[in-house]
Amino acid sequence: MISRREFLHGAGALIVSFRSAGHGLLQETHGRAGTHASSMDPDQLDSWIAVHADGTVTACTGKCDLGQGIFTAQTQLVAEELCVSLAAVKLVQCDTAVTPDQGSTAGSQSTPTNFNVQDLALAAATAREALLSMAAEHFGENASRLSAKDGAVTAPDGRRVAYAELIGSKKFNLPVDQHARRRSRNEWTVLGKAVPGLDHPALVTGTFEFVQNVRVQGMLHGRVVRPPEMGAKLIAVDEGSVRDIAGLAKVVVREDFVGVIAETQFAAIQAARQLVCRWSPGPLLPPQETFFEHLQQLPSRDELLVDSGDVSTSLAKADRVLRARYTWPYQMHGSLGSSCAVADVRADQATVWSPTQSVYPTRSCIAMLLNRPPESVRVIFVRGSGCYGLNGADAVSFDAAVLSQGVGRPVRLQYTRQDEMMWENFGNACVIEHRAGLGQDGSIVAWDRENWVANRGSRPGYDRPGNVISGMLLGYEPESQEPAPAKPPTRKLRNGSNTVPEYFAGCAGGACNGSGSVQSERVLTHSVASPFYTGPLRSPLRIQNTFANECFMDELAAAIHADPVEYRLRHLRNERLRGVVMAAAKAAQWESSAGRGAATGSEATGRGFACVAYEGDNGYAALVADVVVHRITGVVRPVKFTIAVDCGPISNPDGLRNQVEGGLLQGTSRALVEEVTWDAKRVTSVDWEGYTSLRLDYEVPAIETVFVVPDNVKATGAGETSITVTPAALGNAIFNATGARLRQAPFTPARVLAALEAGQEARSA
Amino acid sequence: MVEQSWGQDLCESGMARPYAPPVWLAMKQVLLVNGKEYTVYVDPATPLLFVLADELHLNGPRFGCGMAQCGACTVMMGTQVIRSCAKPVGSVGNAAITTLEGLGTPESPHPIQQAFLDEGAMQCGYCLSGVILTAKALLDARPDASDAEIRDALGGVLCRCFAHARMLRAIQRYRDARHPS
Repeated sequence: MISRREFLHGAGALIVSFRSAGHGLLQETHGRAGTHASSMDPDQLDSWIAVHADGTVTACTGKCDLGQGIFTAQTQLVAEELCVSLAAVKLVQCDTAVTPDQGSTAGSQSTPTNFNVQDLALAAATAREALLSMAAEHFGENASRLSAKDGAVTAPDGRRVAYAELIGSKKFNLPVDQHARRRSRNEWTVLGKAVPGLDHPALVTGTFEFVQNVRVQGMLHGRVVRPPEMGAKLIAVDEGSVRDIAGLAKVVVREDFVGVIAETQFAAIQAARQLVCRWSPGPLLPPQETFFEHLQQLPSRDELLVDSGDVSTSLAKADRVLRARYTWPYQMHGSLGSSCAVADVRADQATVWSPTQSVYPTRSCIAMLLNRPPESVRVIFVRGSGCYGLNGADAVSFDAAVLSQGVGRPVRLQYTRQDEMMWENFGNACVIEHRAGLGQDGSIVAWDRENWVANRGSRPGYDRPGNVISGMLLGYEPESQEPAPAKPPTRKLRNGSNTVPEYFAGCAGGACNGSGSVQSERVLTHSVASPFYTGPLRSPLRIQNTFANECFMDELAAAIHADPVEYRLRHLRNERLRGVVMAAAKAAQWESSAGRGAATGSEATGRGFACVAYEGDNGYAALVADVVVHRITGVVRPVKFTIAVDCGPISNPDGLRNQVEGGLLQGTSRALVEEVTWDAKRVTSVDWEGYTSLRLDYEVPAIETVFVVPDNVKATGAGETSITVTPAALGNAIFNATGARLRQAPFTPARVLAALEAGQEARSA
Repeated sequence: MVEQSWGQDLCESGMARPYAPPVWLAMKQVLLVNGKEYTVYVDPATPLLFVLADELHLNGPRFGCGMAQCGACTVMMGTQVIRSCAKPVGSVGNAAITTLEGLGTPESPHPIQQAFLDEGAMQCGYCLSGVILTAKALLDARPDASDAEIRDALGGVLCRCFAHARMLRAIQRYRDARHPS
């Protein structure tokens, strides 16, 4: 048994030390653990920070690095607030026996949570102030006359005392001070610097330990055997069919869950391939060709985000009314590495090494599945392949735990490519319809927006394992979404999914929280049942909604021959959003290039604009996309992206730039080629031949990134800003180049050619 | 009634699937990996990747698809890059295998690894075996490969974080440093 205290002292070889130490759980103080027990009280400084006798610092965070660089940025944050060197900080991420419960690492919330006024930053600031007070006593000086730097406190007369001397290895025994002074941006020495990724040396040399590389003594290898089609039920398993496989340890069957466990991966794969299971057929899937029409016919759970009550009247009085319908397909996280977890379930306690974004919720769900108290389960985050949201990470952790319980030994489970792609929680398919009325001067006088979102499951949270496939196969239902009509909006608008276009006043609940000026407004959302599991995929619903909103805004501008940037600014009130719109336009020299694109031979060039106030107020981005459209092949090739981003004070400019660049290209892949496909029975895009992604031979467009940092604003999320505006900017650029409007993503060559043809017919009619 | 099988060939309704014959031929094999000799006892049909990962405990080559479609399991066999997920270990013979670990260490990275560090050319990093080794094999053979040739060589490699721009810059940086034009 190892205590958390000992753990913190020995921090460094984290996984190894725990594995050899017998997976001890520990109980310290019980804090605000009301709904889900955590032994780490977030109100206590010692839950976050420990200063050791050797001068190093261990900091604990509930926000983990998924490849987005937050490990490095949070290490910078602790070093900055605590006034120690970067090298002195050891950051421990997401371990239910060690770190406080910070929910999920998701929704661009890590920076707002840990860098603004709470949690990790505040703990580090509290620790600095506490050490300054101790030094004041030590020197017999007033704390305000002392300064902290490099892990030591200096008095005006030059006397110096190291933190280790003041506290070394003792607990602070202090609450986190909600009023601890944060270091201001002009004091920063570590934050705000382009610190290279602390994980990069291990990554480039192949020594980094992903969860796929976790090896536990006595570990067996598992594989799951999924149903052949959606909704199939297990009738029988013929265990005799794998009796001849040497090294087979066990076939685990529970409800509709089937898995095999063997001494080696190869034997497990052979067993999974060879095991004969009989399944009842599932229901037929709705045809993909007419799927969006199908979605709009389904019973729905409705929500009105804003409704000024006068939209129909205003539209009837408008000078002109425009309508358009946009669609977005199911898309995959498609993590490069298929999901993997290692579980060691013993009689008294269970340990699961998991790539989950949500260690505490995953712990609770695993406890449910294993039928034991959450306190006896420990979930340790170990990074997997980039996930971009809810990939198979939670599901594989559940499966691994069930397999380990079934065999009574540690089990490593990695999905096959097909397990991953056939059963993950896809990004939601959506239909969005717009109706907007224009006044005599061309300005928008009313806007009515309605959308349909296909939903099934999502993050499992603390008690919904059925929200992912593993839980359903084990007998748990996904969260229900009973059809229900919408009630009039009474709450203030929170535009977390960017459903409400930026140009809406967004008036509800006595406040106008939109970014724009359109007063006659209605936004109605229909949530309908999806035949496939769905869940958050990088910029969940924000990318779908922004695509439809920003392309339709472009249609409105085009209808009155207005400049798309000028037309946006005409309807935007939010200063930060206006700021990035103007910054992107300036950087791209938008004004000098305004007007219809140019065509030479078979190639047409054009540029498109799009902007977003991410989640309403969690990051601002505006993008100019320059594209070439090949009129014969229908291939769209972006040649330049010029983007302006305002996410407040920047922790690590190079890390941010990396995220912005990756987001632009991931957004391009999703706008141009990515789409889940299926037939009457099952998903058919189950490998990299069936599901297309831009590969490394793709000719990357030039990228110019401009950061806008207003004074006196707080840090916002940033990692999902650029991807959110990319599809719309590309769609608008295609229109600018060719006059063809793409309202269905992805913009495959066939769809581009069809739109070009439709545009020509419209012109000649 | 349908039956389940694994891999590409999803079962068709009502079709029986013949059992595979018993295959467990653990044989002694000597592998030369990153300059060291290792003796392993494995079924020669085992994909090389599983031997490298589970027997030799190497972290560089990783399982991505198992079908040679993505590049995450890439290693060098002699001067060529191969997909270790689709290479039976019994067919390796005494060819020298080099994994990402075999190029350099965190303390002393190979120049191409250093170029990736200098450009900050990664996000999650899961794809790096495919990216770095494929580029290195190309530039070993053709030190003055053009940008287009580099891209062509990487056509079978996926990076789902889309760190493409930085990766190409890193490869160009490495090429230009050893072969100034």
